[in-house]
Amino acid sequence: MATFPRHRLAAVALAAAGALLVTSGCGSDDAASDGKITLTVDVFGQFGYEQLYQEYMDANPGVKIVERGTGGNLDEYSPKLTQWLAAGKGAGDVVAIEEGLMVEYKANPDNFVNLLDHDAAGLKGNFLEWKWNQGLTADGQKLIGLGTDVGGMAICYRTDLFAKAGLPTDREEVSKLWPTWEDYIAVGERFKAQNTGASFLDAATNTFNTIVLQTAGNASGYHYYDTSENLVVDSNPAVRQAWDTTMKIINAGLSGKYGSWSEEWVSAFKQAKFATIACPAWMTGVIEGYAGPEAKGKWDIARVPGDGGNWGGSHLAVPAQSKHQEEAIKLVKFLTSPQGHIGAFKAKGPLPSSPQALDDPAITEASNAYFSDAPVGKIFGTGAKTLKPVYMGPKNQAVRTEVENAVRTVELGQRSPDQGWQDAVNNAKKAAAK
Amino acid sequence: MALQLDARGPTTPTPGRPRPSQAGRLSRIDAKYSPYLYIAPFFVIFVIFGAWPLAYTFWVSLHDWDLLGSDPAFIGADNYTQLLADSDFWHSVVNTLGIFLISTVPQLLLALWLANLLNRQLRFRTGWRMAVLVPNVTSTAAVAIVFGVLFGREFGMINWMLDLVGVDGIEWKSNRLASWVAISAMVDWRWTGYNALIFLAAMQAIPRDLYEAAAIDGANRARQFWSVTVPLLKPTIIFCVIISTIGGLQLFTEPRLFHSGTNAIRGGPMRESQTMTMYMFENAFAPYYNFGYGSAVAWLLFALIAIVAAINVLIIRRLGSSARPPEGKRKGGSR
Repeated sequence: MATFPRHRLAAVALAAAGALLVTSGCGSDDAASDGKITLTVDVFGQFGYEQLYQEYMDANPGVKIVERGTGGNLDEYSPKLTQWLAAGKGAGDVVAIEEGLMVEYKANPDNFVNLLDHDAAGLKGNFLEWKWNQGLTADGQKLIGLGTDVGGMAICYRTDLFAKAGLPTDREEVSKLWPTWEDYIAVGERFKAQNTGASFLDAATNTFNTIVLQTAGNASGYHYYDTSENLVVDSNPAVRQAWDTTMKIINAGLSGKYGSWSEEWVSAFKQAKFATIACPAWMTGVIEGYAGPEAKGKWDIARVPGDGGNWGGSHLAVPAQSKHQEEAIKLVKFLTSPQGHIGAFKAKGPLPSSPQALDDPAITEASNAYFSDAPVGKIFGTGAKTLKPVYMGPKNQAVRTEVENAVRTVELGQRSPDQGWQDAVNNAKKAAAK
Repeated sequence: MALQLDARGPTTPTPGRPRPSQAGRLSRIDAKYSPYLYIAPFFVIFVIFGAWPLAYTFWVSLHDWDLLGSDPAFIGADNYTQLLADSDFWHSVVNTLGIFLISTVPQLLLALWLANLLNRQLRFRTGWRMAVLVPNVTSTAAVAIVFGVLFGREFGMINWMLDLVGVDGIEWKSNRLASWVAISAMVDWRWTGYNALIFLAAMQAIPRDLYEAAAIDGANRARQFWSVTVPLLKPTIIFCVIISTIGGLQLFTEPRLFHSGTNAIRGGPMRESQTMTMYMFENAFAPYYNFGYGSAVAWLLFALIAIVAAINVLIIRRLGSSARPPEGKRKGGSR
């Protein structure tokens, strides 16, 4: 009896603490007051879905769609997604997964809804075969993502800077300037000699990644990891070849050294501080976003030196933690349908991974007003169906980071090319072992 | 102290009451246990949000724990042995200590000087006092981003000004010492005023007659400051040093947001200004997602803070004892 108050008070204190926990834990629950279901879509960069959302919401009045992360950086997005998945809470109902990270997420497929359990098998013909397979687990039993875009390659360039340097500005002529990367470097040297106040390219890391994906795609089909998942950074000739080409670019002083995705990179876009940039299809949306409306018509697109290549591209998946899985799956199927691919392409330029969409006049005849009406559908779409993808191993992202970082240290003059290569090999091994 | 006195208050009148047995027992229990109840909320919250995460982190650090994976394997102290041999980890320790020294020492000296100024008779004294706190109420993220831009290589204002006076631009983000200085500037800008206000409060608690006595003995302002103010501020200085140590060693937001773009968590291409907490994040989250390894970093960070705090206290004690002779003299004189 006598001790009762103490217990009671302790209970009150505990209850108060408990209440604190509960309220802080459930802050993100969606309780739409109008009886609508809210579907959250997590993306990075520019997926170009706004118009499609509107169409979908018009057709499904019970659904409201909210997109998060638009314009964001993949480097900031992927750790967040991983944390949400690990915590079992916080992820959107639909999430975008970039191809370089797909293997890591596929290693733990239970975090996602198996779309094969939801009649997705019949959609296989809607996607390029390798794109479909990227979303499939190794045993082929689980499909965690449906493909959105592929990253067909080109070079985007500023016509005003080219004109200033006395180079041709017409995209056909510019494309003829650089059948190979050696030629691209030679053009860069010509450009540099004219002292336009701008660099020839933005950052050696971007160019390196383009070259390595292209070289590897045309050779063995893998770069940092072979298809048995052994780390082959030091023994794969494709990696070394791309490295050597990149070193030539750096030695020729062509890079503006603007660290990709940094504040300086963005400023350099705005101030027209570089003339060319390695340009996967999705990059066109990024350029438009960063260079801004005042640069409209000053950009154009030429073919990539060398032959083809693919950089990037994503899948859409439904996390198992979603409370509205059925509706989310429906939305994913809509967004990844050929019509969805076409809609996204029209809005922000990501290249469809659906053969039907690639053949559609809406793509083949598409042009992009921002890029001086360049026939983007033709430029990016032509090679898309014969794209040679590169296999991405388990720690692909960490290894890629180390190798690109080594490129960056050479570019900044902190390391010699030989030291940089040693760093790349050693740090990649260390990263793969972690 | 006050709490204890209040809690005992009710016990004294009870023996005088007519029925001591039941009521007396109750109030004895009350007196004995209710103080614990009053302080319980803090400890309950501390256990939930402080002790439990600490213990759990330790548990995680003994596993090979992939953030997304299931069934982490118990590997004992493997993470720790690997970590102790990890040159990138030690690199981050050196960075952390370097930035800590470059930022904290000038910061506290500056704060002391500022507090001394603010302690004088000034016009708009309250206004000045409030003004020094303004940087502290600014969002760290905003500060870090603005400083990140100021210290830009090509478009930064600092390099532009250096250029005006004919000095070559500095690679603020990929030069180790330069990045330490830039980050320290950010930390100091934010925290100097805060420490100055704490020093100021302590200064105002120093009795004025000490200064009067010192003045009569012929001590000038500087002498008064070093022989009266500083020794009497010792406990406050210890407090500020310890708080700055904890904050300095856990530095994260400033160096993280100072860098932008791909893989900013490295703190520069060659990890020029990657602090321990950044290294912890790099391992526990992107790109490694090795939760166990990251947790081991967290525990070693904890150990490092404890060690540095102990060293701090020792140094301050010694400083205090060497400053004692003038105090002794004063004892003979004024007290």
